[in-house]
Amino acid sequence: MKAAPFEYTRPAKLAEACSLLAFHGPDAKLIAGGQSLVPMMAMRLARPAWLIDISRLAELQRIAAPAEQDADQDGVFAVGAGVRQCVMERDPRAHASLPLLAQALRWVGHAQTRNRGTIGGSIVHGDVSAEIALVACVLDATLELCDTSGVTEIPAREFFLAPMITAIAPEQCLTEIRIPVWRKPGGNTAHGCAFDEVSVRHGDFALVSACAQLAVDADGHCVRAALGIGGAAPVPLALPEIGWQLAGTRLDEQAISAAADAAVGLTDPEGDLHASADYRRHLARVLVLRVLRAAKQDAMNNLNGKRAG
Amino acid sequence: MSEKLYPVSVEVNGTLREALVTARLTLVDFLRDALRLTGTHAGCEHGICGACSVLLDGEPVRSCLMYAVQADGCSLTTIEGLARSDGTPGALQDAFCETHATQCGYCTPGMIIAAHALLQANPEPSEEEIREAIGGNLCRCTGYQQIVDAIKLAAETGKGKA
Amino acid sequence: MSVPGTERFRYIGKKRRTKEDPRFVTGRGRFVADIALPGMKHVALVTSPHAAARIKAIRSAHAQALAGVHYVLTGAELCAATEPLLIGVDAPKVLRYPLAHGVVRYAGEWVAAVVADSRALAEDAAEKIEVDYEPAEYVLDPEKAIEPGAPLVHPLHGSNVLYRRKFVWGPVEEDFARAGHRLAFRVHWGRSATVPIETFGVAAQWDAGRQLLDVWASIQMPKFPDQMARALRLPGNAVRVHFDVDVGGSFGVKRGIKHAVLVGYLAKKLGCPLRLIEDRLENMRGGDMHGPDRIFDIQAAFDSDGTIRSLKIRALDDVGAYAGRSPLQLGKPVGAIVGPYQIHSVEYEPISVMTNKTAQEAVRGFGQAPTNYALETAIDRVARHLGMDRVALRKKNFIREDQFPYLIPSGTSYDSGDYHTVLDKALAAADYPALLAVRDAARAAGRLAGVGIASCLEPSGANSSFEPLFNPKNDTTTWMDSCLVRVDLSGSITGVMNTSSAGQGHETLVATVLGEVLERDPDTIRVVHADSLSALPSNSPVGSRMAIMLGGAAAGAARKIKSALLAIAAHNLNAELAELEYREGSVSVKSDANRSLSWTRLVEIAHRKFHRLPPGLEPGLQAKFVWEVPGGGGLPTADGRIQMYPCFSFEAHVVLVEIDPATGQPKLLRYVCGHDCGVMISPDIVHGMTYGGIAHGIGAALYEKFAYSDNGQLQSQSFMDYLIPSALEVPEISIVDHCTPSPLTTFGQKGSGEAGYLGAPAAIAGAINDALAPLGASIAELPMTPLAIWTRMQAARARLKDATS
Repeated sequence: MKAAPFEYTRPAKLAEACSLLAFHGPDAKLIAGGQSLVPMMAMRLARPAWLIDISRLAELQRIAAPAEQDADQDGVFAVGAGVRQCVMERDPRAHASLPLLAQALRWVGHAQTRNRGTIGGSIVHGDVSAEIALVACVLDATLELCDTSGVTEIPAREFFLAPMITAIAPEQCLTEIRIPVWRKPGGNTAHGCAFDEVSVRHGDFALVSACAQLAVDADGHCVRAALGIGGAAPVPLALPEIGWQLAGTRLDEQAISAAADAAVGLTDPEGDLHASADYRRHLARVLVLRVLRAAKQDAMNNLNGKRAG
Repeated sequence: MSEKLYPVSVEVNGTLREALVTARLTLVDFLRDALRLTGTHAGCEHGICGACSVLLDGEPVRSCLMYAVQADGCSLTTIEGLARSDGTPGALQDAFCETHATQCGYCTPGMIIAAHALLQANPEPSEEEIREAIGGNLCRCTGYQQIVDAIKLAAETGKGKA
Repeated sequence: MSVPGTERFRYIGKKRRTKEDPRFVTGRGRFVADIALPGMKHVALVTSPHAAARIKAIRSAHAQALAGVHYVLTGAELCAATEPLLIGVDAPKVLRYPLAHGVVRYAGEWVAAVVADSRALAEDAAEKIEVDYEPAEYVLDPEKAIEPGAPLVHPLHGSNVLYRRKFVWGPVEEDFARAGHRLAFRVHWGRSATVPIETFGVAAQWDAGRQLLDVWASIQMPKFPDQMARALRLPGNAVRVHFDVDVGGSFGVKRGIKHAVLVGYLAKKLGCPLRLIEDRLENMRGGDMHGPDRIFDIQAAFDSDGTIRSLKIRALDDVGAYAGRSPLQLGKPVGAIVGPYQIHSVEYEPISVMTNKTAQEAVRGFGQAPTNYALETAIDRVARHLGMDRVALRKKNFIREDQFPYLIPSGTSYDSGDYHTVLDKALAAADYPALLAVRDAARAAGRLAGVGIASCLEPSGANSSFEPLFNPKNDTTTWMDSCLVRVDLSGSITGVMNTSSAGQGHETLVATVLGEVLERDPDTIRVVHADSLSALPSNSPVGSRMAIMLGGAAAGAARKIKSALLAIAAHNLNAELAELEYREGSVSVKSDANRSLSWTRLVEIAHRKFHRLPPGLEPGLQAKFVWEVPGGGGLPTADGRIQMYPCFSFEAHVVLVEIDPATGQPKLLRYVCGHDCGVMISPDIVHGMTYGGIAHGIGAALYEKFAYSDNGQLQSQSFMDYLIPSALEVPEISIVDHCTPSPLTTFGQKGSGEAGYLGAPAAIAGAINDALAPLGASIAELPMTPLAIWTRMQAARARLKDATS
């Protein structure tokens, strides 16, 4: 399984990378970690004539946590597209600001692939069950794309079009992912989050995944909710409407169950060797229930921690 | 018309190695065929079995998922580099022999690389952590039991460095 | 510390580091892909995209125009220049060659081979070869394939049935008529295989000056050099297979004959060394290493007290589009067709059928694992039917320890065993009552939990008697193995084994045995692998035979050496043999320790002092031992009764499983295996293979399947979809040993290379079904994936709803 022949270049600057992309057109592909691209090339399912290596571009390595968490508005956590998954996994700022992403990263591939794979690479690959993509959609991240004509932004929720197909143009490079960090919760409120997935073996692609992030007050009321499902539709599914439905409820079993039912109604899963469409729909419901319960528990724990601390 | 060749300069097991390679030559094929370091094995060539694991700048990676040109300027450690400076097998390798953690030997180099990386980062891993660390290295011979025992042995006797 | 039954030995049964491990942990194994021959070229394959098609034309001009491409070989040329590969049954019109000729019969079949300077260039060229296909009708369902009017995979053969026979051993109809109860069910052992991490590889070099083909291959196959020579139309001594290549796991599948004939042919024709290493896609789709794909229809006749009187077993096995030894995988289980039970009569109808899928090959157990799965399912169902405890039912029907040797209805005699004790040991190690309590507590908490028990035989010693059983035209009854031992001038001992190894620790086995007999430290004994020209005859490590056959041969050769030493001593000490004592290589007169000769001195006499040698004794100190498998040499009776393998190891598995009631995902929580393989020569090696066999069994039971789409495409053709268990899927396993020595072998050892795999799927299936039973659900096919389990759970819930609405 040897790749078809190609030429290779490692530009020193992002602008150069974009020029090369523009010059070579669809015959060229960017490579960062390569954990998704190289196997496809080995199977000759991808056969770019040019490989442009952006893995060492300093411009794609930025990690910028919000300076201070504002109580009035959401902050932004910026991650360069070339930041390796293992780096985010270990970064304490990421854990503090983006606990949902931190949880999701534990499910991404294996430690060895996280040592090379990048945050941006996972997003651009467009796999319907990719964990990082789901979190980006659920938290309503903004993606920054760059080409020779300049920079554009696109919401993550509009970036995924179909399995393996995203809105990125052949001459564009994903440069940064800006993820909202929820505003600092008031004294009686805490955040909680959960990520869960079902796969056949540990570390396999998820059959279905789900995640939730909640802000919950001391009475158990949901102040804010974001949730989504991966692997159960042609694209990762953020479910903001269901989040709004949940806000104001006490996140009791009735509310959670109604949310799960509504969520399943929005799925459109495919069947394959490992899971039928019906099974995926079923798993979607199970996982939404699980992540909502777990996120609520996480929030309650954080609340108690706050009171205790 | 032959393929373009690229210069690659890599430190492998402490020695600088330089070669001219095609762009599509994977790191595993570079190590095996160009450098004749055949201890690293190719089992699937699509990044799942882990037989090709090596340390890249100290971290375990799948060498079948990299092209040699991407490793230019990096520092690699292969199974051949895990011996002691006098050439005798390292402590982790010795533990593998003590518990009979290898049968056909094909997954073994990659497994030892993964185990080595674990013990470097976590000298006293739990069984769960051990299994997680080798969870990306498939073995068909051993059922993993004696491998887990070997890693525990290496950790317990304080032989953290292979 | 000794394992059971080995207290009296010096080296056998003792903890000892193996000889093989040091090279593997330092990355110094020598696998076929590590062998670089000067000027070596590389081979890649062109494969069929269709399940069935006529090949109308192959055009290779564009491929051959690429720089670095040396040759394109098609079936037309190869099939004219070579003999077809052997098939284990009488089906002369079912022809198999390394490349398709005129017709392709499965998606993935090899159509052409390209030779180029590198594998990458060969793949580039392979892409440029144009093949015109005319798609044809195909059949994928084995039950449809045996119906009249089904598309024929090999039209000249006249049907898709390769072999079919109904064996009736004992008064089956009478036993069924007299039994108080009967039940019938079906189980399906899905297509999987042991899929080693190293794919098959072969390198070959033709020496025109010597007219000799040198072959290095990742091989585990009886009579491989002979079959290569035959196919290539070369004399047997024109092929030299190097058995000292390390094989990266085989577990039955690395037969590689088509790869080797292809590469051998090209190497000879092109005059340069050649290598083919299958890539993973070639291996999965077209490496011809799939395992049994078997549908069992079983009827059991039994009484109210649990006595199982008789079984009727119909086994329909889908061997794919071609066959080598694969149909014979229905034959080996004849030798253990009643499992460990005193079942009075059996009707067995094996049917080997062809479909348009990848060809099946030998897999660990050679058909016994699927058969054990079927038998143990029968036991569990009988127990459930009678409301009887599964352990009690097994014990009631077990052959008792005092009944050995025990003759089963199909003509095989089991040598020894103590099934009750092994099962009890396993249950005790698992703390069975506590395990049941854990299960019951989980159920009370609303979870799904189950305990599985399986008690299964591991036939060992690989007799070839299924060959004449399934093909009366083949009266092969010799199934020998051998060992040569040399003591050199310096007194060092070298053992020579005559076949390849794939991780079974044979070098350690031989050194331990030689050390035991000669009372010399095994660490000082070297064991090497001969090549096929210098080798004594061997039949390869198959069917758990090497501890018995190679161990026995090593012991036989060592005893000859010991006899020679005693004879030299008697002659030089002027004593009778009866007066002498052999001790750690020295010989002395029992009554006078001053009259003795050391090992060094004896060796010196043997090699240098002809004038001191007893008359008639060969100079030097070497011995060979070649012998037939114990109990072998017989031909089947007219009604198909035969002594199959000689020695019977036994395993009792106890498994606790939980199933996530929401998702159907299974989780193994506790795994205990009681194991009896007689005297264990190298305990670490035996345990290691047992753990590995259980891991293989977990894969077959829960994860692994070669799944085909409706148009015959292999959907699980890479490790992304063919799911091999990792360290996170295989739980911690406890093995508890027992020893009932075999009366037939040198030290009482039985074979054990297939241990674990033969019982694990049965035990896990039992546990999953026990977990599903409270729902009224069950699952009768492998693998039991989350989807499969959930589907059954849903169906049961729907039935319950219908029933109560």
